[in-house]
Amino acid sequence: MSPELLGALTVFVLAILCGFAVISKVPATLHTPLMSGANSIHGIVLVGSMVIAASATDLLSQVLSFVAVAFATMNVVGGYVVTDRMLQMFKRKPAAAKPAEAGAGEAPKA
Amino acid sequence: MDTLEAVVRIAWLAGAAAFVLGLMRMNSPATARNGNLLSAGGMAIAIGGTAVLLAARGQAGLTAWIIILAGIALGGGLGLYTARTVKMTAMPQLVSLFNAVGGGAAALIAIDDYIRLANLQTAALLPNAIPLQIAVPTVLDVVIGSITFTGSLIASGKLMGVIPGKPIKVPGGQLVTVALAAITAVAAIYLWLGNVSVPVLFVIIAASLTFGVTMVLPIGGADMPVVISLLNSFTGTAVAMAGFVIGNDVLIIAGALVGASGAILTKLMADAMNRSVLNIIAGGFGGGEGTVAVTGAEGGTVRSLGVDDAAIQLAYAQNVIIVPGYGLAVAQAQHAVRELAELLEARGVNVSYAIHPVAGRMPGHMNVLLAEANVPYPQLREMDDINPEFERADVALVVGANDVTNPAARRPGTPVSGMPILDVDHAKSIIVVKRSMGRGYAGIDNELYVNPKTGMLFADAKQGLADLVAAVKAL
Repeated sequence: MSPELLGALTVFVLAILCGFAVISKVPATLHTPLMSGANSIHGIVLVGSMVIAASATDLLSQVLSFVAVAFATMNVVGGYVVTDRMLQMFKRKPAAAKPAEAGAGEAPKA
Repeated sequence: MDTLEAVVRIAWLAGAAAFVLGLMRMNSPATARNGNLLSAGGMAIAIGGTAVLLAARGQAGLTAWIIILAGIALGGGLGLYTARTVKMTAMPQLVSLFNAVGGGAAALIAIDDYIRLANLQTAALLPNAIPLQIAVPTVLDVVIGSITFTGSLIASGKLMGVIPGKPIKVPGGQLVTVALAAITAVAAIYLWLGNVSVPVLFVIIAASLTFGVTMVLPIGGADMPVVISLLNSFTGTAVAMAGFVIGNDVLIIAGALVGASGAILTKLMADAMNRSVLNIIAGGFGGGEGTVAVTGAEGGTVRSLGVDDAAIQLAYAQNVIIVPGYGLAVAQAQHAVRELAELLEARGVNVSYAIHPVAGRMPGHMNVLLAEANVPYPQLREMDDINPEFERADVALVVGANDVTNPAARRPGTPVSGMPILDVDHAKSIIVVKRSMGRGYAGIDNELYVNPKTGMLFADAKQGLADLVAAVKAL
């Protein structure tokens, strides 16, 4: 086993453990945005797509890497924009600053 | 390693760190948006660094740059346009689509790499067989990436309604699945034993693409959120494998991160629906042969309610709990429901919303929809929090929600058994706005509808709410 592979495996295992640790008790409200956010992160595949496109010489490689770059960019750009749109909705609006914690269920207002 | 490469590698590391911190911040509503922006910033640094490295090395010729820039322009344009124009209700299928293309890109990297290596070997420029440390991640990347690609497209199609949401039986069922898995395994072992063959790789691709289709088709639409999350985790793993193939650490880190966090998230989602991931993949609601036939409503009668009667009940109540469901989401009735709620509040009625964890199409989807309609955040109450309050509610107004209100879930032996439900039947009276007596995803009758306390207001969610608004105003 080459030192490079060993290094890559080390990074891989630690990143998996990191991924397990990073998700804690998430309120159900955030499940969809969180999934969408994670979805954008694997758009990092764009870096790999650019690397193969840079060294593509024959036509097949060029076509494959072009599709890969386009796919990956769609994943990155669309993913982040759509996640941001979802999360924008959670921003507290001034109207939300009502005095009563409207949940108590009792004490009808006026 | 020269200075430039060192700098770019540090940029990649910074990107990876931003992904981790961004994901951590996305665990809480207060910091979530900020976390997503942090993650996007990390992505920009990583991609920018790559571009600088490629430019400085000069290994990319003019054609290569045209390919890269055209690809970025096309993909970025499509992504930006769809992400900005999509309706809030259609977001889940778009996320699934983005996941599909991500998985596709990861698979293409390995396919391209393999074909190049095979060509080099044919030309006798590569002395030995393709080493195992490349062959293994290549096959894994191609398999996982292809499954995600077609699986996510099917999931997206089901949510869009292009493909029927109900479970579709694949002819041959289990046999096809087993056969595809066997073909893939044999082909993979053949390549790992040191044989180099592009046709065999294509056999793997074809089998995996088909597997993605046959895996998702039999799963019901209600379980799609969990499936999409699972496929999201798959894509992460495929990207990590692509990282091994081309020897790039940032792909390995980000891919593994998403693979692992996606797996945890999938479990959280499944838990919120009281489903097990294995059960869902094995067939979903009604898919299993052993599902107990449900007698359901025991022949009770349904009471139909007029708009004016419903309006009076609502207007003279003290506490009203609104239960929004999927029907509200498809009818785009979130603004109408907010209007009704404001009208009632102006009359001194206490209004809150009971949000089931899977209300809408995905966990958290309903919150997003209602927030879009400017419903004050404190009025949105989670299930465990609001369930005890149904007893004190004068009226529970159910709009387009079905299975999540079915008291049958409390009994064993029904397809919804054990699913956490909203205790709507505990309210003093219940109004259900629904188009027809049609069934929900679980495909069973809702016992709530034959409850003597329940009045059915048969209407499309948006139209029904608009009628209620007009009727309340006229009082």
